[in-house]
Amino acid sequence: MSIRPNAILEVDALERRFDVSAPWLNRLIERKPRQTLRAVDGVDFTIQRGQTLALVGESGCGKSTIAKLVTGLHPPSGGKIRFHGDRDRLQMIFQDPFASLNPRWRVARIIAEPLRTLRPDTPLDQVSARVEDLLRTVGLAPADGLKFPHEFSGGQRQRISIARALAGEPEFLVCDEPTSALDVSVQAQVLNLMKKLQKEMGLTYLFISHDLSVVRHMADVIAVMYLGRIVEIQPTADLFANPLHPYTQLLLDTIPDLEAPKRDRSPMAGEVPSPVSPPSGCSFHPRCPRAFDRCKQERPQRRPEVHNRRVACFAAETTLERIPHV
Amino acid sequence: MSDVVLDVQNLRVEFPTRKGTLTAVDGISLQIRRGEVLGMVGESGAGKSMTGMSILGLLEPPGRIAAGSIHLSGDRIDTLDDRAMQTIRGRRIGAIFQDPLTSLNPLFRVGDQLVETIRLHTSLDKAQARERAKDLMREVGIPAVEERIDNYPHQFSGGMRQRIVIALALCAEPELIVADEPTTALDVSIQAQITALLKRLCRERGTAVMLVTHDMGVIAETADRVAVMYAGRLAEVGTVDDVVRHPKHPYTVGLMGSIPSLRKDVEELQMIPGSMPRLNAIPPGCAFNPRCMRAGPRCHREVPRIATEQSGAACWLGTQGGVA
Ligand SMILES: Nc1ncnc2c1ncn2[C@@H]1O[C@H](COP(=O)(O)OP(=O)(O)OP(=O)(O)O)[C@@H](O)[C@H]1O
Ligand SMILES: Nc1ncnc2c1ncn2[C@@H]1O[C@H](COP(=O)(O)OP(=O)(O)OP(=O)(O)O)[C@@H](O)[C@H]1O
Ligand code: SF4
Ligand code: SF4
Ligand SMILES: [Mg+2]
Ligand SMILES: [Mg+2]
Repeated sequence: MSIRPNAILEVDALERRFDVSAPWLNRLIERKPRQTLRAVDGVDFTIQRGQTLALVGESGCGKSTIAKLVTGLHPPSGGKIRFHGDRDRLQMIFQDPFASLNPRWRVARIIAEPLRTLRPDTPLDQVSARVEDLLRTVGLAPADGLKFPHEFSGGQRQRISIARALAGEPEFLVCDEPTSALDVSVQAQVLNLMKKLQKEMGLTYLFISHDLSVVRHMADVIAVMYLGRIVEIQPTADLFANPLHPYTQLLLDTIPDLEAPKRDRSPMAGEVPSPVSPPSGCSFHPRCPRAFDRCKQERPQRRPEVHNRRVACFAAETTLERIPHV
Repeated sequence: MSDVVLDVQNLRVEFPTRKGTLTAVDGISLQIRRGEVLGMVGESGAGKSMTGMSILGLLEPPGRIAAGSIHLSGDRIDTLDDRAMQTIRGRRIGAIFQDPLTSLNPLFRVGDQLVETIRLHTSLDKAQARERAKDLMREVGIPAVEERIDNYPHQFSGGMRQRIVIALALCAEPELIVADEPTTALDVSIQAQITALLKRLCRERGTAVMLVTHDMGVIAETADRVAVMYAGRLAEVGTVDDVVRHPKHPYTVGLMGSIPSLRKDVEELQMIPGSMPRLNAIPPGCAFNPRCMRAGPRCHREVPRIATEQSGAACWLGTQGGVA
């Protein structure tokens, strides 16, 4: 397949399965079969250079697994990931700024590490000059390089993670819930910084969050996931103006809305099904208000040939047909 | 009889340390009435959980209540000993924390845990208590109760586990529920189920609820009144409409502005510069003064307080004399 114009990342039919069987002896005694969990189950998307694609969806739908597949922390079980950039300049910001910084290293050393990996011969004085620059870029002071991570607040630690990711001169950043551990006022500081850096350095982001207002602010394109699959993908404004998949519609209806609070909002019915034994056909059918017979038997097609505007739903496909492709 | 369920007056919580005494909660007064949800918001470390823990009698030493009083439906509870507080916690105040696993014992079936708690606080026999447990599970929306009652906590999803914790908190029909970030670990769909449930209990049983959360959307849809905390003090109290739509305190204004909108597009989110001071470095006067665009000389000298307990902002702006 040809490179889509200006794509930096192309993901095709990506799969990742985990073996979650009981231990061998238990299986033998209790006669339990092997069990496989399909964390990522046939996912396609493309990210354009300098843009932000966001993955959203309920807990456990496979967002972090995709992040780990893209960064190479997990090998895929199937499908392809094609990165048309410099692998060494692909960096990740993790969900938890507390766990991802080495507590025994001073901040300057933490930030310098990716730089040393990328360019091992850089003279020491250049390394420290660069670290000071980076600290200033993320709104910290050069003197903060002498401190240890525990001396910083959550928001400051997340800035340190960002400085470390930037030290590797990234062109592509995978950000897994970069602000979920922060409170809203600190979140605003981190999001503004990320947007500014994107504009100045032309960075591309794969941005993961379950907060739809954050995603709306950050993303150019949003992919909505359900049980390991992308059920809908659309440019941000279109997704909010005209959500096509019943799950997206319910998701948008469920967000507590500060500007137009609905005090009698009815929650989405039903439990998130188990990814070990997903429902037949369209895996959303047990919770779907629009489900009909076909949904229980047949799985809506992926239609990977259409980019950045598609929906996997029998009821919605007809609606989509009427939207001109961009 | 007045319908004030919780009455906190001038609560002060201190942590003695080697380097001196830290004040985590500094003179807070609040009231919650029957059937009312009070939302508590504020920067991380502002003292929300410490306030909740003080009410529950669960402050970990060396933390201690250094001043003030807490009354529950007219009875003073902050001076009670541990044993008496334990009874109050089961019977009159229910607690829900962020992680449901801290409230559930992983080794026991949820039904047995419910039955035990019910029997501790009522005179029901075992069979009656089990029936009551099933009713409670139904009430919090657990499907197929007959099949699920003998499951262990790990066999439930996160949202169902949190609902079991709510069922546990309800066992004795408490007057007050303290819920500290009950939905933070859950995603939006389950969060909506839990908040709908809390609201219904409040309405149907007249339970008073103190709901601590970072999510202003949840506050806007669930709470009747909101208390905003900053550096151990109350910055602002008022009805949801007042605080969310017409915030008065510059910190609340900044907080509301920093939330990304679901409707409006902005290039840059509004920010509050700087960060909250550490407890050992709270400046004299208004604790918000280093970050406040509108601070005047008075803000560096005198601590502003909220005029009444029901509504208002702890800020010199708009008061007689202003910030000068
Ligand atoms: N190493 C693993 N072994 C077995 N199962 C796994 C493993 N990693 C993830 N999973 C499972 O894969 C599914 C997807 O997990 P993932 O962490 O990608 O979800 P997520 O969308 O990031 O959720 P969250 O919003 O809670 O972070 C889950 O059911 C999870 O339990
Ligand atoms: N054992 C302790 N010793 C000293 N200070 C403590 C101790 N426990 C908590 N604190 C301090 O008390 C203050 C109030 O903490 P609290 O947990 O009430 O904050 P919070 O408002 O609930 O924040 P969050 O939103 O992060 O949960 C914090 O500054 C915290 O550092
Ligand atoms: S395919 Fe059927 S069950 Fe699935 S989302 Fe569409 S209407 Fe609902
Ligand atoms: S009292 Fe002064 S410093 Fe404090 S919030 Fe009001 S104007 Fe700002
Ligand atoms: Mg994740
Ligand atoms: Mg807390």
